[in-house]
Amino acid sequence: MSHSTTTPGIVAGRLHPEDYAQHFDDLYPDFDPHEAMVAADRCYFCHDAPCITACPTEIDIPLFIRQIQAGQPEAAARTIFDQNILGGMCARVCPTETLCEGACVREAAEGKPVEIGRLQRYATETLISKNSHPYTRAVPTGKRVAVVGAGPAGLACAHRLAMHGHDVIIHDRREKAGGLNEYGIAAYKAAHGFAQAEVDWLLQIGGITLRQGWTLGRDGTLADLQETYDAVFLGIGLAGVNTLGLDGEAIPTARDAVDFIAELRQTDDLSTLPVGRHVVVIGGGMTAVDAAVQSRLLGAEHVTMVYRRGRDAMGASDYELNHAANEGVKIITNAMPIAIHANGTLREVEFAYTHAGETGLEPTGETFRLRADQLFKAIGQTLDGAPDGLTLDKRKIGADGSGRTARSGVWAGGDCTSGGEDLTVTAVAQGRDAAESIHASLTGNDA
Amino acid sequence: MANLTTNFIGIKSPNPYWLASAPPTDKAYNVERAFKAGWGGVVWKTLGSEGPPVVNVNGPRYGAIWGADRRLLGLNNIELITDRPLDVNLREIKQVKRNWPDRALIISLMVPCDEDSWKAILKQIEDTEADGVELNFGCPHGMSERGMGAAVGQVPEYIEMVTRWVKQHSRMPCIVKLTPNIADIRKPAEAAKRGGADAVSLINTINSITSVNLDDFSPEPMIDGKGAHGGYCGPAVKPIALNMVAEIARSAETRDLPISGIGGVTTWRDAAEFLTLGAGNVQVCTAAMTYGFGIIKELTAGLSHYMDQKGFTSVGQLVGRAVPNVTDWQYLNLNYVTKAKIDQDLCISCGRCYAACEDTSHQAISMSPDRKFEVIDAECVACNLCINVCPVQDCITMEQMPKGATDPRTGEKVGDYANWTTHPNNPMAKAAE
Repeated sequence: MSHSTTTPGIVAGRLHPEDYAQHFDDLYPDFDPHEAMVAADRCYFCHDAPCITACPTEIDIPLFIRQIQAGQPEAAARTIFDQNILGGMCARVCPTETLCEGACVREAAEGKPVEIGRLQRYATETLISKNSHPYTRAVPTGKRVAVVGAGPAGLACAHRLAMHGHDVIIHDRREKAGGLNEYGIAAYKAAHGFAQAEVDWLLQIGGITLRQGWTLGRDGTLADLQETYDAVFLGIGLAGVNTLGLDGEAIPTARDAVDFIAELRQTDDLSTLPVGRHVVVIGGGMTAVDAAVQSRLLGAEHVTMVYRRGRDAMGASDYELNHAANEGVKIITNAMPIAIHANGTLREVEFAYTHAGETGLEPTGETFRLRADQLFKAIGQTLDGAPDGLTLDKRKIGADGSGRTARSGVWAGGDCTSGGEDLTVTAVAQGRDAAESIHASLTGNDA
Repeated sequence: MANLTTNFIGIKSPNPYWLASAPPTDKAYNVERAFKAGWGGVVWKTLGSEGPPVVNVNGPRYGAIWGADRRLLGLNNIELITDRPLDVNLREIKQVKRNWPDRALIISLMVPCDEDSWKAILKQIEDTEADGVELNFGCPHGMSERGMGAAVGQVPEYIEMVTRWVKQHSRMPCIVKLTPNIADIRKPAEAAKRGGADAVSLINTINSITSVNLDDFSPEPMIDGKGAHGGYCGPAVKPIALNMVAEIARSAETRDLPISGIGGVTTWRDAAEFLTLGAGNVQVCTAAMTYGFGIIKELTAGLSHYMDQKGFTSVGQLVGRAVPNVTDWQYLNLNYVTKAKIDQDLCISCGRCYAACEDTSHQAISMSPDRKFEVIDAECVACNLCINVCPVQDCITMEQMPKGATDPRTGEKVGDYANWTTHPNNPMAKAAE
């Protein structure tokens, strides 16, 4: 080991080689069958269960848990996949404490909900690990649908369309399918190549073709797609990033957190990935947490996450923030960046404390500086140019409940649209519902 | 600290907990360990006639039913009576009794249904100085096919006959162990009493198949692809045992017949319940087989603590205390009117009470859009199902309506005690006196 956590600057290999595998392994290992039975036994099988309502994909949670209790995790998996074909990843990345587990009556009763997320993972794993795909296609319809974006929304849409017998061609600008599942979440949430395994498993439905390295606008327009295909679904995510608007932001060591996370996910040997000794992350969402925690896991000595508003306003859940704190990330709230100090290399980031004033967020007048070798910006992503003919809503693509956009024949879902929170599970729900709407439209059964 | 000493038909033991005749009492090694742990007595695993010992299967002997977290709720077995030579058992019994003079040591017996066989075995055990005998008329598998065990216990005349032989040829106290695999438990108890039994013990195990192997299509436990019914015991059988004990305790013919209560005793509470329904002591097996002999500490400490709380100074004060309150349905007070009440502070809004009442009972619970659940008094028949399915203890309670209040369901005022025997809808009703 040539370097350590205290080596100055941005260097790779701060840890013992064997530490990397351990640091980036599953945060929680899968339940074994007995643990799953014990956890499943805690479910009360509530009437009109609140957990179902709290799930954006409305998985029949009491039913799948009962199927685990009854010794058929494969049947439980089917119940999950019927509603959410990416139920495996959702079991890993959903903020369950604000969704199903937050609504669990045992959370209200004891502060200890049924471990729905881990049970869902246990169930889905029984099918995915065996590479056993439970769905078959309907008779081919001869209709062809273009899906743009191979992220959760696009994959969910494609799978449902394929099930209905349509041919789907997924266009994606990246090398691998999966979208944020592959490029945008912390490695320890999708350890052991799960994102690709899930995509491979999902594609077993058949009827789905992947067209990679294809960028909307560069390699074809929306109009081109509409000419070639019977319908188009846009699940293009948010490719743009917000900037701080500070001098010196262009310095290479001040990066967008999403790029850092993507690079980390695509790095096979993490001991070759450089990280600063002093890392500052600006932002309060999941991306900020993932960048901050993974910086620590790579061996950064000091990692500070700074958010301009109070903790309540942070996009990251309490669970995520506690996890970050446990990993040694320092979290500072109510402070906004006002200057980047560099002399060739990044030295410090200067912040001003804030309070809620009459005109919004105002500086209190007190400032402080944080040492920084590396700065990650995680202050939100934006739609990177909307295709023609679409209306925007809150700077995202406007779509109705079934994903229809203002442009006839074009549907959209996931982070690029204005509805719902930017969660994997929301994207899956929107992709699925858009597929049903497209199917109804293509078969002339429009409501 | 309450005195747990019991004197059951003249047999003294430091507490009312005996280990039932079963695998835990098959040999000196186990029984010594039990006595060291603090058990009050044992009923030595059933001895048979002299000669070649019985053989057991060499595959699995037990099947089971589990609750959450694999908590064992019911156990079934196809083991037979002792498979060790008679003389070895007798030698060990004698030595153990000598080592533990303050503990009860009863010998369970099962021999062919002829007087000579019984006479012979009684003579052989006389020398052991054991405190008494228990006649195994209950074992429902294997031995019953050979005309012993439950095959005797299911025919009251045989019970009476054999019991009489035993009393004739032995001066030892005699307990007759009854099988529950019979329509009316009072009949064999009455027969035992007629035969001169000093006590009955019940229940023995219940005929059962615990599960079926759905790959090989055979009952479990499976022996080479086949299974036979076994005897069921453990916590799951307690309600059946309690009823049978109570039936004997409150029957005019058998009410003075001492009872050793058996069936699913796992904690002090189970034991206390048996005692209040008329058992003079209890016998335990499955709980010991599940958790080991160490449970005796909880059993004795718990019973003692309860007795202290209630001001009972001897076990005898507890025996039969609930028997006068075991009655027939026709004498239950039809003017005892209660209504379920949901404590909104305790309610966690799971809706199980609603589903149970709406789907399977009287549609007496309402559900609001924000998941507030309330009892509709005008529909509630006080069936208690909501309480039984509610996961929160004491969240739903039954509130008694005071006399003179109007029951919104029937529109009638709550009156004085009145039962079915005088009810106007009863064609057999007698005029109230």
